Amino acid sequence: MSLDDQPRFDTLAIHAGAAPDPTTGARATPIYQTTSFVFDDVEHASSLFALQAFGNIYTRIMNPTQSVLEERIAALEGGTAALATASGHAAQLLIFHTMLEPGDEFIALRQLYGGSINQFNHSFKKFDWNVVWADADDLTSIEKAINPKTKALFIESIANPGGMVTDIEGISKIARRAGVPLIVDNTLATPYLCRPIEHGADIVVHSLTKFLGGHGTSMGGMIVDAGTFNWSRDGRYPTLSEPCESYNGMKLHETFGNIAFAIACRVLGLRDLGPCISPMNAFLIQQGVETLSLRMQRHCDNAVAVAEWLSDHKKVSWVSYAGLPGDRHHNLAQKYCPNGAGAVFTFGLKGGYDAGVKVVSNVNMLSHLANIGDVRSLIIHPSSTTHSQLAEQQQIAAGAGPDVVRLSVGLEDPQDIIADLEQALAAA
Amino acid sequence: MDHTGYSEDYIRGILNEVRTIAMVGASSNTNRPSYFAMKYLLEKGYNVVPVNPREAGKTLLGKHVYETLSDIPDAVDMVDIFRNSEAAGPLTDEAIEIGAKVVWMQLTVRNEDAADRAEAAGLKVVMDRCPKMEYGKLSGEWGWLGGNSGRISSRRGALTGNRVQSLSIGPGKY
Repeated sequence: MSLDDQPRFDTLAIHAGAAPDPTTGARATPIYQTTSFVFDDVEHASSLFALQAFGNIYTRIMNPTQSVLEERIAALEGGTAALATASGHAAQLLIFHTMLEPGDEFIALRQLYGGSINQFNHSFKKFDWNVVWADADDLTSIEKAINPKTKALFIESIANPGGMVTDIEGISKIARRAGVPLIVDNTLATPYLCRPIEHGADIVVHSLTKFLGGHGTSMGGMIVDAGTFNWSRDGRYPTLSEPCESYNGMKLHETFGNIAFAIACRVLGLRDLGPCISPMNAFLIQQGVETLSLRMQRHCDNAVAVAEWLSDHKKVSWVSYAGLPGDRHHNLAQKYCPNGAGAVFTFGLKGGYDAGVKVVSNVNMLSHLANIGDVRSLIIHPSSTTHSQLAEQQQIAAGAGPDVVRLSVGLEDPQDIIADLEQALAAA
Repeated sequence: MDHTGYSEDYIRGILNEVRTIAMVGASSNTNRPSYFAMKYLLEKGYNVVPVNPREAGKTLLGKHVYETLSDIPDAVDMVDIFRNSEAAGPLTDEAIEIGAKVVWMQLTVRNEDAADRAEAAGLKVVMDRCPKMEYGKLSGEWGWLGGNSGRISSRRGALTGNRVQSLSIGPGKY
């Protein structure tokens, strides 16, 4: 295909990164369940270790099943390169390990996934990587938080759990002015609903465990490099711009150009910290990605039906879903994810904490568990689970107060999802 | 022509038609991108001739290093420029003089005026690209590093000779 005839989204979701196996002709991507790869000779081995040749060495750093998944997600997001990891948390660890030095700061939005809030607030502090919180609905709070130590901005396209849509473009302009990269967690939207790079993101991060894998079977994370950020402008990102001791003084940005960030996360972060994805999980997630468009559209359609029904229920005080016309984030949803606002959202119960506990205790088909983005509909009461380590004020700021229930609407018939919620609410 | 992007056919055509590549700025420092690219292109079967006044007369990766392009006794198909955008001007003129068919300027190197002169003289021009990276994108090796090649294919990749982990873009090998 020529430059002006680029394959479209649904074609990329099936074909990008995958070709028949060069030696066996296998058409589906094989599961390369091996730790290591033989070298032709010593010269070949040394070229691989010095990053002078392309090729596989050891599955902690790369694997052919994994690399198909990487190229596929890079293509769907419109990035230059990608790196798969053991989980979304592992992906975030490698991103900040590559970007930050001890003592550095980064700005993140209060409305993040609770697991990210914990990772940033506690584990990252041990590395002296210091998060500064700002508010998604008040862009000036981001600008005010910027200082010379700030090295990055971190946001979610659609925030978990509240389903709020973030003004990616507005925040990317702040990042440009500050000369720092914008990292966008695109887990809840997936590239089918929103492609943050088109709106100014420099790095996109995913938990593949959710809608991209889509079947609740496999853990995985992904870092996508947009290839847009100049890491060498002012020496603030020495991992990329300065000679790298563990590669004999090579400068990664100079050598790898617009894929340098993804490469650095792999050849330093993944090599030394070790959170690699398993080939089996990479395969299963790739199977999910092949039907991404079909699944995401049905997830969104079902979510609208459930959210509309909930907003008329007498025990429900509010529904936070940007897919509903009256929602305060509806305009942002129409701009950033016109095909749908995702399938994860929250609602409030008039009966507060106790009612939330009763609803999740009484569902029969919906599953009470801590994941999202499964073919199965899932329900959780964040205040007693995912967000229980946070103080009540932090819970409320994150959209996970005591009265809040989170849904991840699955692919069952929407009438059956509603019927199960109806009987569970009756018991609450 | 427009040099903001190149079609797969254009790049593939160049990489399939050239055999002898003069690499200006080839370095014996094993950490430099030019050393990486030279080693890779040699492995893919190209005859890479290093040009570097500071290392003239020495041997680099088994190849004699020449001081200037016009010192090279062989016919040169392509001149690959690992120098800055300004230096690319006179080097392009030299490439035209020695009868090269292609001028290739490396990542970050752009010289529009030089590109115009080369094209007027009938040469093909590529700017701000690396032949190693482009070869990798066309052969399928680029994806091994998680790179987005920007292309899809239902054809089986071709191995380079009897090697493991080395794919070729050679014509007729698909």
